[in-house]
Amino acid sequence: MNNLLVANAVSKSFGDFKALNDVSIEVSKGSIFGLLGPNGAGKTTLIRIINQITMPDSGEILLDGSPLKPHNIRDIGYLPEERGLYKTMRVGEQAIYLAQLKGLTKQEAKDRLKYWFDKLDIGDWWNKKVQELSKGQAQKIQFIVTVLHRPKLLIFDEPFSGFDPINASLIKDEILQLRDEGATVIFSTHRMESVEELCDHIALIHKSNKVLDGKLTDVKRQFKTNTFEVGLQSAHPETLTQLIKEQFEVFPATFKNLNDDIKMNIKLPQNASSNDLLRFLTSKAEIHHFVEVIPSANDIFIQTVKNN
Amino acid sequence: MNHLPLIIKREYLNKVRNKSFIVMTFLSPMIMIALIAVVAYLSQMNNDKQRTISILDETGVVASEFETSEFTTYSIIDNMPLKGAKELVKAKNDFGLLFIKKSSDSMNVVESVNFYSDDSPSLSIISGLERKIEKRLSDVKLQKAGVDIAQILASKTQVNIAQETFEGEKTSKVDSYLKLAFGGAAGYLLFMFIIIYGNMIMRSVIEEKTSRIIEIIISSVKPIQLMMGKIIGTSLAGVTQFVIWIILGGVLLSVVSAIFGIDVMQMQTPQQELINQAMANSDAQNMAQELITGFVNLPILNLCVAFLFFFIGGYLLYSSLYAAIGAAVDNETDTQQFMMPIIMPLVLAVYVGVFTVIEDPHGTVSTVFSFIPFTSPVVMLMRIPFGVPVWQQLLSFGILLCTFIFTVWFAAKIYRVGILMYGKKPTYKELFKWLRY
Repeated sequence: MNNLLVANAVSKSFGDFKALNDVSIEVSKGSIFGLLGPNGAGKTTLIRIINQITMPDSGEILLDGSPLKPHNIRDIGYLPEERGLYKTMRVGEQAIYLAQLKGLTKQEAKDRLKYWFDKLDIGDWWNKKVQELSKGQAQKIQFIVTVLHRPKLLIFDEPFSGFDPINASLIKDEILQLRDEGATVIFSTHRMESVEELCDHIALIHKSNKVLDGKLTDVKRQFKTNTFEVGLQSAHPETLTQLIKEQFEVFPATFKNLNDDIKMNIKLPQNASSNDLLRFLTSKAEIHHFVEVIPSANDIFIQTVKNN
Repeated sequence: MNHLPLIIKREYLNKVRNKSFIVMTFLSPMIMIALIAVVAYLSQMNNDKQRTISILDETGVVASEFETSEFTTYSIIDNMPLKGAKELVKAKNDFGLLFIKKSSDSMNVVESVNFYSDDSPSLSIISGLERKIEKRLSDVKLQKAGVDIAQILASKTQVNIAQETFEGEKTSKVDSYLKLAFGGAAGYLLFMFIIIYGNMIMRSVIEEKTSRIIEIIISSVKPIQLMMGKIIGTSLAGVTQFVIWIILGGVLLSVVSAIFGIDVMQMQTPQQELINQAMANSDAQNMAQELITGFVNLPILNLCVAFLFFFIGGYLLYSSLYAAIGAAVDNETDTQQFMMPIIMPLVLAVYVGVFTVIEDPHGTVSTVFSFIPFTSPVVMLMRIPFGVPVWQQLLSFGILLCTFIFTVWFAAKIYRVGILMYGKKPTYKELFKWLRY
């Protein structure tokens, strides 16, 4: 069994509104799974179903091969997008309380908290009230509380919002380390650059349906358009440009280069290979720059959502 | 996993450690006692004032009725025209002048009575004067009609009906007052408790929503556990506060009355007045005896058990509704539209209790309202001192319990959906839809 979490044909309606329609995902062990989608697509509903906060109308969720049971809340750590802490409670006391709700004993909670507080260098916050902390500081506490009980499955919904770049990268490193230690991560965000950096696998939900699913590299391969970014130098740039435009589909391109040469994106027909293009170009110009255009997660997101 | 004790502990400690809670707990009995002391002191000061009222009596028969008392001195002015008397009274700086004008008709004796003063006299002064004049005039009239007043006085009879049930239990009027006091206190206590701590539960649910911690919590515990934990934790804090209030209030009251020498217990509530009236009709020793037997006659065990069950049942019923309201809204101002349906039956229960149960504890209205679950805790608690058959108590509690279970289910549904809903001010229609989610 290589999948930690499997959702099978999950549907959920709120009154007349269908929030999830027959959505299935498979999250393999030790991976970082990006759950993407525009606002209101149904991501949060799916995450809440995985956390047993809401029950699905139909379909099932399997964790480690068996259907979710109430005791599985111990195996999951969830950092919701809408998150907060009790404002008037002290930081340490509150962290212990939340850890106890996840099934840790008081002593276990204390020991592990001490480790994390030392690691993130925030030991002196222990007796502060939450309302004395800044938003980013409170987010750190929430992160610690989410991972404290060492769950198999971590679910982060917009984990970096509210963090400055330094702390965001600190948290990113912690997430990667947790993954390396064996945890599986479901990661929901609108920040596509962090999807590029972190995710092995993505699924895109749009208007309650899953519209895209696969390994990030596979998805990119699927979305590539056989387009190449080229930089050329020629004695007669105008005639060459004209010639290329007659042969291929051409788009403008911008990239940094030392020479003031021809810059363009050239889209090849489906069956043509990069070598065909190279062969065509070498005879006519000096090639300084030749790169296949790989679609970014951002492009994939926008394209998929627009086409549906 | 049962997190209930953990949640209860957090809710309790959070409430009890709250600064405003602590201040309220220790300050409000002091404020109450201070208020009572001030009122008692002021009313004493008011009574201390000496007044002189002059009387100009043309008839010559009424003035003798006025005897100078501790606070009021009556000075009788003889043979003076009204104008002269007014000037004299003003010069003497008396409180006022009572002028009784003689009637030309010998049967009526008095034509009119006037009272002249700078400050308008209080209602009690005027009615006191009226009573005295009326009494004197009727005596005079009776005498004129040839009736012997001594005979009338001698014919006055006092009757005390000794009450006894068919089973031979003796009851008395004092008993009834005692029962009333007990039932009323129990019902009113429940009413106050629901209002104060129900609101506290509601606020704490709203706080959890606005601080956005709710989703973190319910990814660990079931919403119904959280709700019950909140209700129980807050209630325990409430009981703590109540007990402190009672102890502190008692201690302060005795301290204050010792220091100021004010017999605070003499401050009369309407119920005490009733008891005092009953006392007036029998001698004091007899009275004490009756009070003790009355107390012993109260169904103490039944009262305690019923109090416990109906208090808890009624309180939980209402507080689960408060929790549901808290979950449905985003902030306290939005709660108004949902408060009415909760407050109405409560107020109705207290009114029924106060007006109907006193009149007829086993009448149709009282009985029916002691079965309707939303009014039964208050009304039944007021009825029980008068003796309610056990089957009625059990049936009523059974209905209450069923309703409670239904209400908790209902509240939990709304709670479960509501705590994750933000930014919308829900309507009743929407709440109904949530039940099907």
